[in-house]
Amino acid sequence: MADSKFDTPQLREYPIIPKLKKGVMSHSKPFIAKEPHQEPLGFPGELVDDWENVAIKKMADLQGKYRSLQVYLDSCVKCGACTDKCHYYVGTTDPKNMPVARQDLYRKVYRRYFTFAGKYFPKLVGATDLTKEVLDDWYSYFHQCSQCRRCSVYCPYGIDTAEISMAAREVMDTIGVGQKYCNEIISKVHKIGNNLGLPGPALEDTLEGLEEDVEDETGVAVKYPLDVKGAEVLLVTPSADFFAEPHVDGLIGYGKVFHEAGISWTVSSHASEAANFGMFIGSYDNMRKLAVRIREAALELGVKRIVFGECGHAWRVAYSFLNTLAGPWDFLDPKYPVPQHICEVTYNLIQENKLRFDKSLNDDMVLTYHDSCNVARASRMGDSAGGQFLIPREIIKATCNNFYDMSSDTIKEGTFCCGGGGGLLTDDLMELRVKGALPRMEALRRVVEEKGVTHMAAICAICKSQFSKVFPYYDFTMDQIVSVHQLVSNAIILTGQNDENDEGDHPQEDIDEAA
Amino acid sequence: MQISMLSFSIAALFYIAFFILAYGLVAKILQYKNTPAPLKIPTMPAPTTQAGVVFRMSKEVVFFESLFKSSKITWLFGWLFHFGLFLDMLRHLRYFIDPVWFWVVIIQPFGKYGSILMLVGLVGLLARRIVVDRVRYISAPSDHLILVLLLCITTTGMAMSFYLGADVISVKSFFVGLLTFNIQNIPADLVLISHLVMVAFLMIIFPYSKLLHAPGLFFSPSRNQVDNAREKRHLAKWAQELEKTN
Ligand code: SF4
Ligand code: SF4
Repeated sequence: MADSKFDTPQLREYPIIPKLKKGVMSHSKPFIAKEPHQEPLGFPGELVDDWENVAIKKMADLQGKYRSLQVYLDSCVKCGACTDKCHYYVGTTDPKNMPVARQDLYRKVYRRYFTFAGKYFPKLVGATDLTKEVLDDWYSYFHQCSQCRRCSVYCPYGIDTAEISMAAREVMDTIGVGQKYCNEIISKVHKIGNNLGLPGPALEDTLEGLEEDVEDETGVAVKYPLDVKGAEVLLVTPSADFFAEPHVDGLIGYGKVFHEAGISWTVSSHASEAANFGMFIGSYDNMRKLAVRIREAALELGVKRIVFGECGHAWRVAYSFLNTLAGPWDFLDPKYPVPQHICEVTYNLIQENKLRFDKSLNDDMVLTYHDSCNVARASRMGDSAGGQFLIPREIIKATCNNFYDMSSDTIKEGTFCCGGGGGLLTDDLMELRVKGALPRMEALRRVVEEKGVTHMAAICAICKSQFSKVFPYYDFTMDQIVSVHQLVSNAIILTGQNDENDEGDHPQEDIDEAA
Repeated sequence: MQISMLSFSIAALFYIAFFILAYGLVAKILQYKNTPAPLKIPTMPAPTTQAGVVFRMSKEVVFFESLFKSSKITWLFGWLFHFGLFLDMLRHLRYFIDPVWFWVVIIQPFGKYGSILMLVGLVGLLARRIVVDRVRYISAPSDHLILVLLLCITTTGMAMSFYLGADVISVKSFFVGLLTFNIQNIPADLVLISHLVMVAFLMIIFPYSKLLHAPGLFFSPSRNQVDNAREKRHLAKWAQELEKTN
């Protein structure tokens, strides 16, 4: 791209491990949060006096609260197995983007202040004081980790750099060095209920608009309800679904699925956001407050089930943490897991033969599927391990004729992050995002060339936004990324729709349920 | 029988080393055990039952499954070293048990070959640490020195069992004596003494170094948690407190 101030990495024919180049990404830093975005989260507005001591105290506090942090700081043997596993290392070749080196930015401070060897023999074990330079490095490189957990899969002890990044960000927030993008968004959710700061009336307009569009197109009055008391399902979805392409096509798809299955549902204006950026900054407290909004909405609306829309880290928080943060969910219908993923809902309906599709309606596309990191490595779908890989693929296969997977080391548990996860989806980190996308772009290029793939489907709002933005840097076009439920929406046959048989204009009741 | 100064010193060293190892390890294990894991963070796909977790862990402990996925070379050298070490530690049981158990007798020759595996593994790991730029970058002096220490222990041990021989009867009575607080003489053999001093040093640094990966693996939440977050509410004490204040 002509206007960028950095070079887009070359796609490599054979991905070999790159040689390291020290310091090439040390300039990459997101904007710092100012007071208005720090204080609502309970963090100081600027770097506090005596920040070193405050930071060390916070580190001690976190080590006492998180076993993961304590064990991971002690257990790394520097075997190097993780060094080539991070997409940011592959894309930037900066050695501090090797997972273990990123952890070491934190570990060397931990060793200096908390271990015998580091206190008395710092040089020997690579321990250092917490200086301003170290803090700068922290700010830079802990914002070059998308918390995707790929390193954790390959580490012999399961050391998850995401846990260290979260801790580091929390320590930085505590001393007043927060990241603008994440903290601004979190304060919006606290105030308004979603990441975009969309107020209730705006949501209502959008949803009404969708109803009109769908009815114009299909002749069926599919509802997109807001704040409907007594609905069976509360749908919690990333706010991007309400307006941006290709997200909104996914939302249209969820509505059609619910409609066709006869499940009443509603969105809540109080909890109109599935994303939970509290996780990105490692703040249990903030994460919990955001999650509790969902509980409040479910109680207020008197729903029986909670279903999450397509979003990666939101699904992690939902699947793995929601019960912890905002449970117990004993007031909901015990027949269904809490929460459910929209893909689980659709997949189950397909299994029960309750949905009909005309796959040929997706024949203009040859699909591949991008496993989002947080869905793949931090959560599950369905009843058995690995359902998170199977279910979205089965939905794609039920709705499309042409599907090919990318190479096996880049999908499922080995999937590469899109490059924009973990609170990095901001324009001030564009260089990082483009470079971090490299391994995924290479894998995609291969299936494009070998299988004629034209589109990549995903079930994460961050992935979709990130790919629409970085595709052009790699000579793809923005619209080559699609939502899984967009495919569902394209292919689903709604009972009573315009072109169904000859009875198109008849009211719904007249049509026999064929499926 | 006159007990030499040297024997006293080595005896004292081993008592101290054992005490530090035991104290340090117990303290660390208690720390890990008492630190809550407030969130469910198993690396997925993860087992959905406790039995499944035991199986997953066993594969990690015995075969280094994750390392196998990530780097075949590191896996090979790492596994050879640890497996050799395991055989050799079993072999060394004969210095502590009287009469020697039958199976310990059987495995004696394997223990001997174990040392070769250790040597190959350690040389490979050290070479990788020096040659591969990424691994060199992440290595502190201590990372090299631990390998050198292990290499010296291995080679002094091999020198004794393959070439020089050692007065194993006296060594055994010394260690059995240590166990029964009845100190015996140890042969004043330079190779033997250096072997023993280095082993004692290794015991001392164990709980204060990255050798903590041994207990650490068992406490790693990404490996030891069951994937059942939706079915069972998981709540840490300190998180429970938050619910009260809201
Ligand atoms: S794979 Fe694990 S133990 Fe090895 S260097 Fe990386 S974090 Fe450390
Ligand atoms: S969590 Fe992902 S982004 Fe962070 S260091 Fe590991 S591989 Fe890299």
